[in-house]
Amino acid sequence: MVIKYLLEKEFKQFFRSPILPKIVFAYPLLVLLIFPWVTNFNVEDMKVSVVDKDMSEVSRRFIRKVDNSKYFQLYNVRNNYGEALKDIEKGNADVILELPRGFGNDLETSGNPEALVAVNSVNEIKGSLGTGYLSAMLNGFVSGNAKGYGMNMYNPCKDYKLYMIPAIMVMILIILCGFIPALNIVNEKETGTMEQINVTPVSRFSFILAKLIPFWIMGLVSLTIGILISVLVYGMVPQGSFLTIYLGAMLFVFLVSGIGLVISNKASTMPQALFMMFFVVMIFVLMSGLFTPVSSMPLWARCFSYLVPPRYLIDIMRSVYIRGSGIADNSFNFSMLFLFTVLINIWAVLSYRKRT
Amino acid sequence: MEQRVIEAEHIVKKFGNFAAVDDISFYVEKGEIFGFLGANGAGKTTAMRMFCGLSRPSSGKGMVAGLDIWSASEKIKSRIGYMSQKFSLYSDLTVGENIRLFGGIYGLDEERMKKSGDMLLKKLDMYGEKDVLVKSLPLGWKQKLAFSVSVIHDPEIVFLDEPTGGVDPVARRQFWELIYEAAGRGITVFVTTHYMDEAEYCDRVSIMVAGKIVALDTPANLKKSYGVNAMNDVFTIIARNAGRNE
Repeated sequence: MVIKYLLEKEFKQFFRSPILPKIVFAYPLLVLLIFPWVTNFNVEDMKVSVVDKDMSEVSRRFIRKVDNSKYFQLYNVRNNYGEALKDIEKGNADVILELPRGFGNDLETSGNPEALVAVNSVNEIKGSLGTGYLSAMLNGFVSGNAKGYGMNMYNPCKDYKLYMIPAIMVMILIILCGFIPALNIVNEKETGTMEQINVTPVSRFSFILAKLIPFWIMGLVSLTIGILISVLVYGMVPQGSFLTIYLGAMLFVFLVSGIGLVISNKASTMPQALFMMFFVVMIFVLMSGLFTPVSSMPLWARCFSYLVPPRYLIDIMRSVYIRGSGIADNSFNFSMLFLFTVLINIWAVLSYRKRT
Repeated sequence: MEQRVIEAEHIVKKFGNFAAVDDISFYVEKGEIFGFLGANGAGKTTAMRMFCGLSRPSSGKGMVAGLDIWSASEKIKSRIGYMSQKFSLYSDLTVGENIRLFGGIYGLDEERMKKSGDMLLKKLDMYGEKDVLVKSLPLGWKQKLAFSVSVIHDPEIVFLDEPTGGVDPVARRQFWELIYEAAGRGITVFVTTHYMDEAEYCDRVSIMVAGKIVALDTPANLKKSYGVNAMNDVFTIIARNAGRNE
């Protein structure tokens, strides 16, 4: 069997490469230790500039409460709105809280005091969260206890890491198993070994398969490392079964490395392949719901996201990790992944031309 | 007819309006060492790539090793050997591993592979370098190794595209010994070169100018008909005439 000799070659080249074996270990390690901390939308320690026109016992109590919460921090108390606005303009404060004259009195008589909250919304997320938190706090203050009525299902602390880590693992697979195969064949083109292979009777299918299998193994190894890190560092154990995760990942790795191979068949130099790959990865990252939920995209983008395969694995990973879903719950995602895997890899074999 | 390993009839390869190979017809007999000469850009490599199944002719008919270049290009590949201008063994594999890889690709079984691999190493006097990475070999050795690997499966014909480019005279001499040895085993050799002393070693040579074959004969006959003593002079006369025509 020719494939045996081709596989031998691929594995030897892999382990002899000065960087590839290291990347498989280092990349998931690095990415998972850093990214979950920086891709975080939780807002904490917003600085508040307070205009207290009431100067009552009640208003001071509320200001202390705001200062004590983990979301806010008192920057300064100003005499009027104009001064407070200057704090925001200078970038020293994020929020203005104005308590009008009679704030304390209103609370005691009508139980319905009013306050002005003005937030710098240049950062939209920070802005809306700040308004939300502060209003909620005021409501809690009015009713005397900070009783909340919402219930956060599955992710009780609304921890953003829990949401991001499964998706970051998908990104690792995209980069490792998409980029490297793309560069691999182009490298053979540039050194001329590709032409040497092309004058031999090697079939396109076995050549491509021999290229895919090592990346497949490599992807699963780095996924395993990723899972270990998430357990050891973040204490995250998937609620569902590993089988579901690995099954999805196996399909997905075949899929992205197929994309890498298509690109390397089309490109004739390294820079060409790199640019094409960047283009694809950009779309994958932004349109797959990795950072921003697909459900909050406009209709056309939501439709388009069905063509972005990582979306399905991200969905699978998150649901398995957070909700404990199984294969049956994800049957749509699995079928779509399977479909894309088959199509892309047929394309990979067809786009490999032995003859020009 | 079985005695002809290559038969080309009116082969044309066009890139846009430019005919890189412009209607060439010739044949190569079994066991011959056929020199395929021409200046840079004359179309030698383009022509050769069509016979190896690396590119498709624009028109014309051709048979290689008894198979049609249009319909059986993949089958042809198991009956030919090819060594390109660019060195093209895997430089991050060892000598032994390259032999094993290409032996395996050409379908040699383990036993035969070991036998011909050992023979090859002994012949090249490289037995001690079996486990050396190919990238650390000197160029002359690499070329000899590449040639030996390209005939490891005893093909009917081997195509050599400027195999001795950049190699010192001693290594070139040794390389031609290998070519003769292969020809002695019945392998037809189709070789392009710029070195006119190498042309003298060939049984027959063709000279290409601007995509056409303008001369084809044995070196002795060519020298006689041009009234000169060396292939070098033949080539110079032809190249000068070509210049005048333009």
